[in-house]
Amino acid sequence: MKWLLVLLMVAATTVGEVLQAAGMRRHGEIHDFRPGAISRAIALLARNRFVIGSVIAMAVSFFAFMKLLSMTDLSFAVPVSAVTYVMETVLAKYVLKERVNALRWAGATLVVCGVTLVSL
Amino acid sequence: MTADSSHLRLKTCICTAIVVFSNAFGDFFMKRGLPDTTRLSTPLEYVTMLFQPWVTLGVVLLVVWQLSRMALLSWADLSYVLPVTSVGYVLVALIGWVFLHESISATRWAGIVLIMAGVALVSSGSAPSTVPRKEARP
Repeated sequence: MKWLLVLLMVAATTVGEVLQAAGMRRHGEIHDFRPGAISRAIALLARNRFVIGSVIAMAVSFFAFMKLLSMTDLSFAVPVSAVTYVMETVLAKYVLKERVNALRWAGATLVVCGVTLVSL
Repeated sequence: MTADSSHLRLKTCICTAIVVFSNAFGDFFMKRGLPDTTRLSTPLEYVTMLFQPWVTLGVVLLVVWQLSRMALLSWADLSYVLPVTSVGYVLVALIGWVFLHESISATRWAGIVLIMAGVALVSSGSAPSTVPRKEARP
């Protein structure tokens, strides 16, 4: 049960971040930080499908985190959420076709080892 | 010039501290409001739980965390922010140990330190910089 929640939380966070990046890229760079311009940007973003999808995914991830916290120690729930970095690295390489260097793979591997130790 | 850069360093230090502490204490207050006996099964139970004072405080701090992190990322590189804020994993464990009396085994401490190092390394890879550097692109 707790690993299912970790999986749900990590998957939802990763999907949410990818959708958020896609949505913001479609919207374009935000230059104007005056309150009026910011509220206009928010009104536009609220109708952006990618942004809406990312908000839903983030909410799913938040409620999964709540459920996980209610079942496990703080010192378990927070460290295992770092699996997100591993998912993002894999996604960056195989979905976004980014170049992932050896150091980054080493980092992802360390995170996996760390999560294994935390869960023992 | 030097006044400017020391001002920026101070701003970065303060903002980084806010990011790390709001995240760690946000998680802590969430856990404080969600003890192991919490019943969470229907969607209504999740929503009403958000109004439990400790959980509300946790959520407020997590909102502060997201906003301060966005602000920090608007001038600092992700390859600075990710490794520095990964100290938060150790801080959260310390908070759990001191305030929630969680028993943390040596194996778990080792795991937490490995995760911190791993997150720090991940950012050293192809993570994009928030400030585009023209000379870095051939």
